Amino acid sequence: MQPAISVQNLGKRYVLSHQFQERYTALRDVVSNGVKKLADKLRHPLTAPAEDPTHEEFWALRDVNFEIQQGDRVGIIGRNGAGKSTLLKILSRITEPTCGQIKIKGRVSSLLEVGTGFHPELTGRENIFLNGAILGMSKAEIARKFDEIVAFAEVEKFLDTPVKRYSSGMYVRLAFAVAANLEPEILIVDEVLAVGDQQFQKKCLGKMEEVGKEGRTVIFVSHSMPTVTSLCDRAILLESGRVAKMGPTSEVVMHYYTSGQASPASADFSAKYVGDSKVRLLKGDIKNSKGGVALETRIDEPVVVEMAFEILEKNVPVLVPNFHFYTAGGDCAFVSHDTGMQYLAQGKYVSKCIIPGNFLNEGSYFVGMAISSFSPTTAVHFYEKSCLSFNVIDPHEGIITRPNHAIPIPGVVRPYLAWEVAAL
Amino acid sequence: MSATQQLLIIEAGRSERHYWRDLWRYRELFYFLAWRDILVRYKQTVIGLAWSLLRPFLTMLVFTLVFSKLAKLPSGNVPYPILIFAALLPWQFFANAFSEAGNSLINNSNMISKVYFPRLVVPASAVIVSFIDFLISGIILVGLMAWYGYMPDWHIVLLPVFTLIAFAASMGAGLWMAALNVKYRDFRYIIPFVVQLGLYVSPVGFSSSIVPEKWRLLYSINPMVGVIDGFRWSIMGGEAQLYWPGFFLSIGLVTVMLITGIVYFRQTERRFADLI
Repeated sequence: MQPAISVQNLGKRYVLSHQFQERYTALRDVVSNGVKKLADKLRHPLTAPAEDPTHEEFWALRDVNFEIQQGDRVGIIGRNGAGKSTLLKILSRITEPTCGQIKIKGRVSSLLEVGTGFHPELTGRENIFLNGAILGMSKAEIARKFDEIVAFAEVEKFLDTPVKRYSSGMYVRLAFAVAANLEPEILIVDEVLAVGDQQFQKKCLGKMEEVGKEGRTVIFVSHSMPTVTSLCDRAILLESGRVAKMGPTSEVVMHYYTSGQASPASADFSAKYVGDSKVRLLKGDIKNSKGGVALETRIDEPVVVEMAFEILEKNVPVLVPNFHFYTAGGDCAFVSHDTGMQYLAQGKYVSKCIIPGNFLNEGSYFVGMAISSFSPTTAVHFYEKSCLSFNVIDPHEGIITRPNHAIPIPGVVRPYLAWEVAAL
Repeated sequence: MSATQQLLIIEAGRSERHYWRDLWRYRELFYFLAWRDILVRYKQTVIGLAWSLLRPFLTMLVFTLVFSKLAKLPSGNVPYPILIFAALLPWQFFANAFSEAGNSLINNSNMISKVYFPRLVVPASAVIVSFIDFLISGIILVGLMAWYGYMPDWHIVLLPVFTLIAFAASMGAGLWMAALNVKYRDFRYIIPFVVQLGLYVSPVGFSSSIVPEKWRLLYSINPMVGVIDGFRWSIMGGEAQLYWPGFFLSIGLVTVMLITGIVYFRQTERRFADLI
């Protein structure tokens, strides 16, 4: 079968201009540069024109090759500047490639931003039609889907209010709802889920999963590994404009972490101020039982989470460090806090939390670090969400919680519990 | 579904084979963008749509006062307000379309950099908005003619032809400006200047018959001369003589401007998203 998308030797080059800060060219510069070049040529008619030092070539994408089959849900991951957005822009025909070829089979809809073309002065109803038309829907199609869109966005009461009076949540919901009701054969989505409240994000993810199940192809770019893992069955890792790895999502995500590109096992906050006037976060580490920073830990070995912080004032309330563990799917696995905290004087401290072996199931976990206090009132002094990550791996050999087969065992935890059997 | 699936090939420098078909598929976007601009323009105004009648009406009053009463320019047997308005109508259309279309891509830059659609839709719908204004202003002309009891003769049937030429001129110039403006923002400052100057070098406040005969052809290099003269000719009938060589020169220039405008726009549009 022919793939839905096939990309061959794709490259995109940008020319960077160092001299001018403006994003656009002014006619004056073109004229003056032209005159300068002409004058140079007149003075030195035989020498080749010198390489312009103020311009530098930059390949945002280079030699990119891949194929996507129809019905695949593919995540594109990579660091900032790896070329993810450029790839999406080329796939959705917003900009053209410098070289290479792409073959796309089917109607493409791209959603690089939520609410593109929304006009603040127009009402919700008017914006649904406008945005739908911009995304390529016909008027009849929008009218047919109108009720569905409104219901999905939960804005029934505000349909005739200008969207400038909407809360940001309502705005995003409405915008996503329009896009989600497109019916393309190939859907290209960029990070739009990073907005809206948790509940709505869930709803969006559900909608996208549904789209994938209907046999349509989904390409999804995100920084959020949990989202990519839960949504996509395959992934492409881009690294400075090239495909670094491609394959099943879990493998690619793992590669991303082990190549040190992702949210790390160790994070230093000394340069960036995280905290309030009373206490600040200094450092976070994931370590193994031997005390070394470890991104991967065997399922039967403990994981040690350490947080360094500094108390900046005298007479602070009793500070309670707490860690928030999230699964790759974005669900909270558990929250744990230090139950024995006493008053601490000014100074630097390290808090340590040990997760025993044979407790967490295999998979990627994300750790958020916080310090709160509960008297006189409840206060959160800082909360750095999902700033660390680690992988729990199951090598299958000699793992007591692993029976003699290789199928994945579901669940957030896979504890080693006491079992008994007795004759009745 | 799979039987109708089209194969799309994206390559550097490949001109879209399906461009005009795509443009047709996005035809409703013309309507929606124009509808948005009209809707937005009069939101939070008290008199709303009346503004699009009031503005040309006031301009006409001022022009009549300045040119007929103070400068004492001749108008033949036709009431001066009608002479003025027959020219003001196409001129306002051109001036609005030119500046709206010229800035349209910049004003919609967020759409350009986030969604694909044939870019031609954006300046074209800006011209359509100005055309709707033109039609509304036309009501004033009808009102003026009724007021003065002025009856046009058979020449009036050719008015749609001249309207089409005005449309082509606005579109051609607008496309050039829009495409150039993306790359060279200098044109943002050139546009109002051209509009302001154009008002005086075009025969809006006066009849082009006051231009000496030997300069007429040169004067017709301004394509709006042909358009405006054509409007006067068809509205005022025999009262306004059409200077044919100049008129055809204007028409020729409009055609050239429109074709080169489309070609240049098509050539540069693929890089709009990178430049804007």
